[in-house]
Amino acid sequence: MNKIFETPIYAYTPSPDQTAPAPVRHKVIVVGAGPVGLAAAIDLAQQGVEVVVLDENDKVSFGSRAICFAKRPLEILDRLGCGQAMVDKGVVWNLGKVFFDDRKIYDFNLLPEDGHKRPAFINLQQYYFEQFLVERVRELQAEGAPIEIRGRNKVEAVGTHPDHVRLEVETPEGSYTIEADWVIACDGAGSPMRSMLGKDFVGRVFEDNFLIADVIMDADFPTERWFWFDPPFNKGQSALLHKQPDGVWRIDLQLGWDIDKEREKRPENVIPRLKAMLGEDVQFELEWVSIYTFQCRRMEQFRHGRVIFAGDSAHQVSPFGARGANSGLQDTDNLCWKLKMVMDGTAPESLLDSYDIERVQGADENILNSTRSTDFITPKSQMSRLLRDAVLDLSERYEFTRPLVNSGRLSLPCTHDGSPLNSADALDGPARTRPGSPCPDAPLGDEFLLSKLSGEFTLLTIDADAPDEIEVDGVTVKRLALSVKDDPTMELKRRYLGDATGAVYLIRPDQHVAARRDHYEENAIRHAVLRATGKE
Amino acid sequence: MADLILTPNIDHADDFYADLLATHEGLEQAESDALNARLVLVLANHIGDNDILKQALNAAALKE
Repeated sequence: MNKIFETPIYAYTPSPDQTAPAPVRHKVIVVGAGPVGLAAAIDLAQQGVEVVVLDENDKVSFGSRAICFAKRPLEILDRLGCGQAMVDKGVVWNLGKVFFDDRKIYDFNLLPEDGHKRPAFINLQQYYFEQFLVERVRELQAEGAPIEIRGRNKVEAVGTHPDHVRLEVETPEGSYTIEADWVIACDGAGSPMRSMLGKDFVGRVFEDNFLIADVIMDADFPTERWFWFDPPFNKGQSALLHKQPDGVWRIDLQLGWDIDKEREKRPENVIPRLKAMLGEDVQFELEWVSIYTFQCRRMEQFRHGRVIFAGDSAHQVSPFGARGANSGLQDTDNLCWKLKMVMDGTAPESLLDSYDIERVQGADENILNSTRSTDFITPKSQMSRLLRDAVLDLSERYEFTRPLVNSGRLSLPCTHDGSPLNSADALDGPARTRPGSPCPDAPLGDEFLLSKLSGEFTLLTIDADAPDEIEVDGVTVKRLALSVKDDPTMELKRRYLGDATGAVYLIRPDQHVAARRDHYEENAIRHAVLRATGKE
Repeated sequence: MADLILTPNIDHADDFYADLLATHEGLEQAESDALNARLVLVLANHIGDNDILKQALNAAALKE
């Protein structure tokens, strides 16, 4: 039986563009049909923006690759109409175990906060993730949305112009030229788009190799995350075991720097390692093996005129903490509403500079966190190993050092403090919902708060008066009127009011707080909308 | 911001110093190094305050 990643799901078909007498101009071209490119295209198409996705391949990703998807990206996928499919298929886990040498030193429960529609994260192979996104694209096409994926369309050259971008595209039937008002480059860490534009990509290369393997086994390992520091079966290194759907287990084994990659990847060398880890009698089948070396780096700027970079093409992190695909989805979430407004003429082009500011901040936060994890997992000096081992030894006996154990800090969305789109905080409310914050979900009886946000600017009022709709310089802001009484668990109050008796929140289309006040004041809200759309 | 105490503060200084040496007695160098590392973490946790810890790191590094 073919695996889903061996079957073309957006096979090459000739486009009329290839034989057009002059290059056809599109609104937006997305380069790359990975998780980030597909999310960008769906987001734009849902808003009625015509978009073409070009991908050099015609299949979903080979092997599991990105496997942890965090709550915030799942919430974004809900807005994109495919969160449920991911959660239904994905594996939810809350328990983790940490091993050091030959012993378990402690276990932990993530104890996710109640009152959110989505779990803290799910494990799901990237190929399923991409498959569900492609299915969503097909659904949108059936509804007549202006979205298209062109398989085996490889961009060979880029020409940038003040008002458009021109691309030379290679296909199985020869090359053609197309144009777009805007291009979003989601073509991965090795981004040919970035190279063709001659842009920098600087940072730190970590001198280490990791063997990653997907194995299929019936063993009744529990649905937990197991992490080993310096285990007997991989001396001086680390290992990770994680469950994915369909009885597939993901294993990451650190190998060190000075190895022969091709040799290590051969089944006759991989299988004994896995047997030493899983136990001699455990029956398993090897589905996929890969070796990677990682880097932590980012482009200096993510926007270059009409070419905008998102996801791994713009920033790359170590895999610890699941910050790759997760942050890429936050990039497109941040970008697409801004691009739509600029294209519609309801916001100035400078609004796109805030994409750069906010997502560079996000990338730096991710790079910082994943670099720290890497430094803990693979100590770079004798002293850092001594301190690391001291933390682990103490953690077996005492709780106090466990917060220092760092096998990856799970991806959390960035709070854009200091963003030029924020208005000054005018509510004595909880810190977690201050301007710049991603809105935390909250239960509303059988429903949830985030499901009620429309994808447009929203004026959320909680026990406060305001008009049902206001119009500010071409931007319509609709009110969502709630009361603390709508949530008997009082989470809405705890997360959005604190000690305040009422509040008015201006929420951006990407569900970040732009402004908040203790009551509605027209002038202040108008200024906040202008500011959040790059006009002040 | 609280200040790191850099004036004499241990009640019975000689007793503490003797206890410190005694804890290391008979250990190999590697074991002693590991013990010191654990001791740093135990004391740091007891202090807790990041400002004080930062000042302590600077003091130990013989800065300023």
